[in-house]
Order: sequence, then structure tokens, then C-alpha cells
Amino acid sequence: MARAITNNRKIINTTAAWLIGLLIFFPILWTILTSFKTEAQAIASPPLFVGFDWTLENYQVVLERSNYARFLWNSIFIAGGSTLLGILIAVPAAWSMAFVPSKKTKDILLWMLSTKMLPAVGVLYPIYLLFIKMGLLDSILGLTIVLMLINLPIIVWMLYTYFKEIPVDILEAARMDGASLRSEILYVLTPMALPGIASTMLLNFILAWNEAFWTLNLTAAKAAPLTAFIASYSSPEGLFYAKLSAASTMAIAPILVLGWFSQKQLVRGLTFGAVK
Amino acid sequence: MGSITLKKVTKSFDKTEVIRPLDLQIDDGEFVVFVGPSGCGKSTLLRLIAGLEDITSGSIEINGTDATSVPPAKRGLAMVFQSYALYPHMSVRKNIAFPLKMAGLDKKEREKKVTDAAAVLNLTDYLDRRPGQLSGGQRQRVAIGRAIVREPDAFLFDEPLSNLDAALRGNMRLEIAELHQTLATTMIYVTHDQVEAMTMADKIVVLQAGVIEQVGSPMDLYREPANVFVAGFIGSPAMNLIEGPEAKSRGAKTIGVRPEHFDLSMDGGEWRGVVGVSEHLGSDTFLRVEVEGIGTLTARADGEFPARHGDTVGLTPDPERIHRFDEAGLRISS
Repeated sequence: MARAITNNRKIINTTAAWLIGLLIFFPILWTILTSFKTEAQAIASPPLFVGFDWTLENYQVVLERSNYARFLWNSIFIAGGSTLLGILIAVPAAWSMAFVPSKKTKDILLWMLSTKMLPAVGVLYPIYLLFIKMGLLDSILGLTIVLMLINLPIIVWMLYTYFKEIPVDILEAARMDGASLRSEILYVLTPMALPGIASTMLLNFILAWNEAFWTLNLTAAKAAPLTAFIASYSSPEGLFYAKLSAASTMAIAPILVLGWFSQKQLVRGLTFGAVK
Repeated sequence: MGSITLKKVTKSFDKTEVIRPLDLQIDDGEFVVFVGPSGCGKSTLLRLIAGLEDITSGSIEINGTDATSVPPAKRGLAMVFQSYALYPHMSVRKNIAFPLKMAGLDKKEREKKVTDAAAVLNLTDYLDRRPGQLSGGQRQRVAIGRAIVREPDAFLFDEPLSNLDAALRGNMRLEIAELHQTLATTMIYVTHDQVEAMTMADKIVVLQAGVIEQVGSPMDLYREPANVFVAGFIGSPAMNLIEGPEAKSRGAKTIGVRPEHFDLSMDGGEWRGVVGVSEHLGSDTFLRVEVEGIGTLTARADGEFPARHGDTVGLTPDPERIHRFDEAGLRISS
């Protein structure tokens, strides 16, 4: 029997949902608001919500002082590159684990995930030294590889759960119907797994875009992405909240827009397997 | 052409031997049913023939040529799966056309064959639907359509009716039997339902624990089961198997009497017992009779037979139709 929901109940639920949503969104909203204030208004007490002189000055200063476009491109290259590289490695891996599992498959999956339980700083020193030796410090290639590696367990896990949902019978039916491995992948598997592959890529892109530990520690000027762009407005410049907020807003805007347009895919990706 | 020969075929998963060395000859145009309890290896055997599993040792010949290492796509066999295994992202039309596309037929030819198959299977009105919009019976028909368009050497059916409800199952059983008569193509059909096996097969292969217990026509198996297992498995309700002094007096370890081979009477009779349950089906009455020193026997009586729960009845087995089995469970020929 469907649970009856009264109108009152609906109003309460809706209000509560909006409140929680606003609470979560508030820091972002506050950052965006602050980016349009003067430095004095930004630290005013009591804080100003809308009754301030809206100004674009902070953005002008930030754009003058830093090369935003370069940071943006670096972010796009690193997030995009690590996602593509990760998918290329993860698809065959998840494929074989889902469709031709061995006795150790479960162990390998768990072991891969367990690497995510280690604090990243624990391996900073060896990786830093490796990067120096290999000349990868402050390079887009190096950062792409590191971000790919740290997100790979999640990509493999997500794809594995997606592939697991595809009944093996259907692949076998394709084989019986005369499909070669290539046709089987092209006409049967990929179309069925496409939503899964898309949301996995999307989530990984966002994770890589927002990653700050490795991007801050392994870059200086050349390969620095938007996370470093934000950081450059915190300590070295002193406490300039308005400019820091402007930089932050500029850094998160692209990913916010991407997330907004693809929220359907994202939600599906994050809750996949929860409901059959 | 569609003859299949298995020679000393075995299959092991890790160290478990699922199929013991097994020989089997399937002739062109035959309707062969693999039947047995779950886990007997019947589906595995079908998958070995399909090429979806590799055999551990032995060889498989299709039409006289060795097909042991030929991939499933190239064996010229079509399979209908228990789960239907339709392509969910394709329309019915594309599902049926898929094997033709893989075979490289041009669009016009594909369209013609799909239209023909759809007409045969009453699917014409559903060609543009997705599998998700079809009922179970329609999906099964699409799966069969996908199998017949490619004109395979043999059809493999893996428990194709077990997901359907009882009424539909009866209909589809007839449709598949008719299809076999029309196409005259070899069909191998896996089921655990001995009624399906009896009604459809030219040849039944009874399997247990990876071993063929008996191969023969339905009536051969019914009349002369090779051993106790086949005797108990083929026939519905199952044969009464009796051990002890009654068997010994007839020179056997076990004797078997089918429920329909008793002469029933209210007075007299060779074995007398008390009726536990009587099931009146109208045309027949099935009695569960508790006979002292023998156990519970099932007997089929005439629909009008008056026995009720608690009555004492007499059962006289037809002496010509008592099956005798030795210590090893094998048939003793009379």
C-alpha cells in the first residue's frame, strides 16, 4: 500500500528540504556575495547580506594579477586528462572483473578501495621524491597521472557495479547471434553501459577538478590548476576576503555549471545499485 | 544439416567434475530433450555444445567437422535463453534483425526476413516496441524469432518456458513443437520438467550428476527405464519404488510399479492398505495408500472410484509391468 501523504506533511517536507538545501549551499552563496563587496564590507560586522555597494572591482583585480585562463586550462587538461586516462584503464579492468571474474577478483576490488583509506600525506614524501627524479614536478603530465591513480579505484568500482548490472545472458546471446568481440562491445555492451560510463566520467571529472592536496603540493607556477589559483589569494596576499571570494567563485563556476546541467546523470551515478 | 556428436566430453569447474566423460549422438532434425534434476549438468552440457563454455577434454563435432575450438558465433547454432536475453536498447525489429546484421545481410533482405518471422510468430504489431514493453510470452516469441531468422543448423533451448505461467507454458510448448515440425531443424531442449520432456522429445537424455543415465524415446524410457533413477524420474506421478521382502520375493533389490499399473478394488487385492489422501481430478483419482510392510504407494484409479480417506483398499500390481532392479540399481530384464 502506498503511504498516504497529507498536504500539510508535504508543505513541511518541502520547507525542510529547502532549508537543508540552503544550509548546504550557504557557504557557496556567501562566497559569491562576498566577491561583489569591497574589502571593508567583506569583513563588516554585522555582516551585510544584500545591502552593500555591488562592485566588480575584485574580479578586475584578480584578472589583472593572475592569468586566470592559464589556471583554467590547466584544470581542464588535468581533470579531463586524468578522467580519460582513468576510463581507458578502468573499462577493461572492470570488464574482466565483472564478466570473467577469478577467485581473487573480490580481493583485488577491496584492496584497490583500501588504498583510498590511506591519508594522502602518508605517501607525499615518496611521491614527491619520485616526481623530482622523474622530472614530473610542476608538470601537467605528472599531475594527470597522480589524479588518475588516486581516483582509479573509484572509477573501477563504479564501472564494475554498472557492468555487473548487465546480464551476462545478453552478451552470450550476442555471441550466439554471430557477433564478434568487437560487435559485441560496440552494439550490445557499450549502448547498455553508456549511462554508467558517462556518470562515472562526470563524477571523476568533478573529483579531479576539486582535488587540492596533490595539485597544491606538486605544482608551482607552470602546471598549477584553479585550486592553486584560489590558494594564491589566501596566505601570500594576506586576508583579502573579497578577492579570495572572487577567485573562488571563478574557480568553481565552470564545475558548478557542469554539475547543474548534468545533475540527472550525477544523481543516478551516486545512487546506482541502491535500488534495483 | 544439424547433426551433433559429443565424444568423451568432460567439463570441470576448478576441481569439480560437472560433466563426466560422455558420448552422445544427435541426428539431423531430431528433437532432443536434456532432462534431470537441478545441478545435473544439463544446462552446462547445452552451453558446451553452444561453445559458451570450453570443454575440459573430449571433442564436439557439428555436421561431421570438429567444432571443439570454434567460437559460439561460428558454430551455426541459435540459442533461446531462459531469461530471453533480448537486447533492451533495441526495438523488436532490431532484436530479430541483429543476427542477420552480424551475418552481413543487407538492409532489404533483413527487413524481409524479419517481416516473415514476425508474421509466423504473431509479432507484426509489436515490431517497433522495446522488449520492456512486451509480456513474457511475447518476449519469448521475440527470442525465438531472433533464433529462427538466421536459419541455424540447430536450435538450443535453455529452459525457455520456466519463466512463463502455467497456461502460457502449455501454449508455447505446442508452438515450439509445431515450429519443429515446420522447420524440421535439430532442436536441443533443456528442461527439468519431465512432462515437457515426455511430450516434446523424439529422444530424451536423462542426466544425473553429470552422467547420462539413459537415452531413448519417451516411451522407451517409460516402458523400460534402465535404472532406479530413470524409473523414478520419468512418469507422473512418479513410479512406486519398493524395497524389502516384496522385492526379494521377486528376485530383485528394488521393484517399481507405476501408479497406473495397479488394479484397484475395495475387497481383496494382493496388497491391502489404508487410503491417506485421495485426489479426485475428475477423469482420474490418485490415492495415497499406506500398505503395511511396504510403505506409502501412489495408485491411479478411475475417476469414479469410490475410495475416501480412511477406507481400506486392495492393490494388485500388473505382473507384466513390475520393473525389477538389482543391487546396483540397474534394470533386471525379464
